[in-house]
Amino acid sequence: MGIAAMLGTPIKRREDPRLITGQATYVDDIKLHGMLHMSVVRSPYGHARINSINTEAARKLPGVVAVYTAEDLKGTVGVVPVAVPVGHIAEGMGVRMPLAEGKVRFYGDPVAVVIADDRYTARDARDLIDVDYEPLAAAIDIEKAMQPGAPLLYEEFGTNVALSSHPSSEDIDKVIEQTKADGGVVIKSRFVNQRLAPAPMETRGVVAQFTKSDKKLTVWSSSQIPHLLRNLLASQLGLPQHQVHVIVPEVGGGFGCKLNVYPEEMVASFAAMKLGHPVKWIEDRSENLAVTIHGRDQVDYIEVAATKEGKVTALKIHGISDLGAYSQIFTDVIMIAFGFPVSCGAYDIPNLLLSFDLVFTNKVPTDAYRGAGRPEATYVAERAIDLVARELGKDPAEVRRLNFVQPDQFPYKSAAGAVYDTGNYEAALDKALEIAGYTELRAEQARRRANGGNKLMGIGLSSYIEICGFGPKGSAPVGLYESARMRVEQSGTVMVYSGSSPHGQGEETTFAQIVAEEFGIPVDQVIIAHGDTDSTPEGRGTYGSRTTAVGGSAVYTAAQRLKEKMKQIASHMLEASAEDITLEDGKFSVTGSPQKSVTFGEVALTANLSNTLHSSIEPGLETTVFWEPEACVFPFGTHICVVEVDKDTGEAEIVRYIAVDDCGRQLNPMLVEGQVHGGIAQGVGQAMFEGVEYAEDGQLLTSSLMDYAMPLAYSLPSYELDSTVTLTTVNPLGVKGVGEAGTIGSTPAVSNAIADALGVAHLDMPYKSEKLWKVIHKQ
Amino acid sequence: MAMKREISVTVNGQQHHSSVEPRMLLVHYLREELDLTGTHIGCDTSQCGACTVLVNGESVKACTVFAVQADGSEITTIEGLAPEGSLHPIQEGFWEKHGLQCGFCTPGMIMTAYNLLKNNPHPTEAEIREALKGNICRCTGYQNIVRAVQFAAERMSETVSEPVGAGE
Repeated sequence: MGIAAMLGTPIKRREDPRLITGQATYVDDIKLHGMLHMSVVRSPYGHARINSINTEAARKLPGVVAVYTAEDLKGTVGVVPVAVPVGHIAEGMGVRMPLAEGKVRFYGDPVAVVIADDRYTARDARDLIDVDYEPLAAAIDIEKAMQPGAPLLYEEFGTNVALSSHPSSEDIDKVIEQTKADGGVVIKSRFVNQRLAPAPMETRGVVAQFTKSDKKLTVWSSSQIPHLLRNLLASQLGLPQHQVHVIVPEVGGGFGCKLNVYPEEMVASFAAMKLGHPVKWIEDRSENLAVTIHGRDQVDYIEVAATKEGKVTALKIHGISDLGAYSQIFTDVIMIAFGFPVSCGAYDIPNLLLSFDLVFTNKVPTDAYRGAGRPEATYVAERAIDLVARELGKDPAEVRRLNFVQPDQFPYKSAAGAVYDTGNYEAALDKALEIAGYTELRAEQARRRANGGNKLMGIGLSSYIEICGFGPKGSAPVGLYESARMRVEQSGTVMVYSGSSPHGQGEETTFAQIVAEEFGIPVDQVIIAHGDTDSTPEGRGTYGSRTTAVGGSAVYTAAQRLKEKMKQIASHMLEASAEDITLEDGKFSVTGSPQKSVTFGEVALTANLSNTLHSSIEPGLETTVFWEPEACVFPFGTHICVVEVDKDTGEAEIVRYIAVDDCGRQLNPMLVEGQVHGGIAQGVGQAMFEGVEYAEDGQLLTSSLMDYAMPLAYSLPSYELDSTVTLTTVNPLGVKGVGEAGTIGSTPAVSNAIADALGVAHLDMPYKSEKLWKVIHKQ
Repeated sequence: MAMKREISVTVNGQQHHSSVEPRMLLVHYLREELDLTGTHIGCDTSQCGACTVLVNGESVKACTVFAVQADGSEITTIEGLAPEGSLHPIQEGFWEKHGLQCGFCTPGMIMTAYNLLKNNPHPTEAEIREALKGNICRCTGYQNIVRAVQFAAERMSETVSEPVGAGE
């Protein structure tokens, strides 16, 4: 591979050779000598008391080694960790042991585990465990769950509400009144962001091994957070941190649901410690849909006021977050800490009021899922703007333009709290409008409406922003820096050990591009390693679109440091002063005398072998960087969705999808596009097909992929992508994140398009044909 | 535990004689008994296609076949699609066009694409999307997978390649 400018080049991925040949190792591919298999006994009820657990028959089955319940974990295993316990959660509400004690609170709640010689026996034994349940009424509908008399998950607290905040609306109501008096509009609405299953193609899984000689627990887990998992397992299992070693193998997708610490990881580790044999647990898909955290599940009541020109003067948002039955790591703060700060979206809204309720229900816990709070917040802002446009009979593109934060307002402090770094929202909007041929589209729509016809055409916009690249000091209970240890070996190979934990995003390629560019060496000379807590420095993992912005900045900074040292070494080798040394195309030379040079490889050899190294310089070429951002970064863009809804069947089809995204500098445009494609697919998935459903008694109805409608190859359109580039000032690379932007931008674009097609103010997702048909034929 | 049965299968050109429980799924047999872990399990209702292999040259979801049903057949898994050290044009296409991110659905996707191109060497985009409806991807949004298959179709119309033990 050449050494021309590496950054910005769409080179093929280094990850792919092992993946396309089936040579990669995912957690279920791991086989250890003497390994046992774990299966989990789970509640078939949404809410029930546990009267007794009879494990006799299971224990007797040949091949069964052990059976554990909550009793066995007492005193040895701690609770499932909650990062920021708020409200009653800080008093213990929603905090639980890894196996249920006394009560089960959602369909799939783990009650016992069986450890057996093989996978099939573990399943057979699971079916022999007899749990005597006393079913209880379930709290499923979130607004009903808040009412007095609702079934209570935590009787001792007398409520299902973990925390509420209802600040006085006196001041903002005055603004709204004034706006109305001045001839403006005031619109109220209710939006539902329905519960979703992240459903990565690889379910969760763990292999735990405890070696008695050094009392070391090694855990392979399909996880996004090797170091956080290591630290939390250590604390919850009572082990010193240095005795826990987490290795994240290949991970088949995460999307936030593997940014967590789960009961099964804790119990498998416990079992391995007790039994002295490795223990493997691999999640079934049916389990995955039932017990891996769900995303979204938020109801927002909004009130938006705007002048008759369309300028928004005030926005009131009351958000109700459905936590599910327990709090996992970020369950309780997804809405209020991640979503709320960007409630104003791309718009300069002067008056904002946020209020909320966080409510427990008899469903699996919700937590981070691609966007984690920001899709819901963006949905509110984008639907609100469209409601204003509709009420005033104005073009939604123009209403957006009127309300945008302007380029000269950055860094921009939003009324919702976030400080946006850089942006040029109008440029992205204009580019999207141009690519879409927006004027022609509206003309076509008008023609079709005049002529009648079978298909209702809708055009929806979304000019989103989002907050990512977590995060600066104080933004989380533990600092969200990222680390990189870089070593230039005597061969000239550069080894990079990153605290990031990519699982499909491609940083083995983009990080290598960063280093190759800095040193002017072939990208194949750079190796990126990650996922192993013993060989990588303390890190924070991959989520929140932070790996390039934060992890990449650590890598870049490490390269800078070693570059400086190599210049020092070269200056002695060339008998010049360090200020006069330049590095270009892998050669250190004296400025102005290019014939006096030493190669990257020669400097690396000198540094490592040391005998000819100048005595003032420490041997070796290795450095560790912990890079902490001072702020978050704010990608943005405009998406345009064109739908056609068949009047006779209610079937909606996306006929065109245009996305113009700005993630700052693009290190590898091909990978950026891939992230946008995949992000849009999940956002469209929410809008068009997906939705977890529970029956009123807490039974999970969408318990397999027959019922949970994942987007398929023939149900998604081809996307028309473009970009603008507005660098951030937050990091030396100028990069923002892009992993979640596609998802955040797309859901409202589709929703706006459907509302436009049907001529309604609002319709909740997903847009299944039966629902649309009913709306069409009511009119 | 039921009596084990003897089966004889040729996988990627190699003959295997094994003793398996009648209820053992073909995908478990390949992964656990033969250590061919390139074929993945993504669901439990035959929806996702991550387990797709070739049985006697046709693409089959290995989670929906018992190992005993595969007795006497010739199976090709992702590991046998091209000789060691080389890539099948479909694999090349996925690499060139960024048709994968996490890679978990990819082996199954490739095997289904193999079947498609065998029966329809010059598919349209719509035909590709239709053919892949039994393979779920959560990462890519499918667009680059379509491009990968189109790349492979073009490449394959230039050359001919035969996977190891592909049967007919």
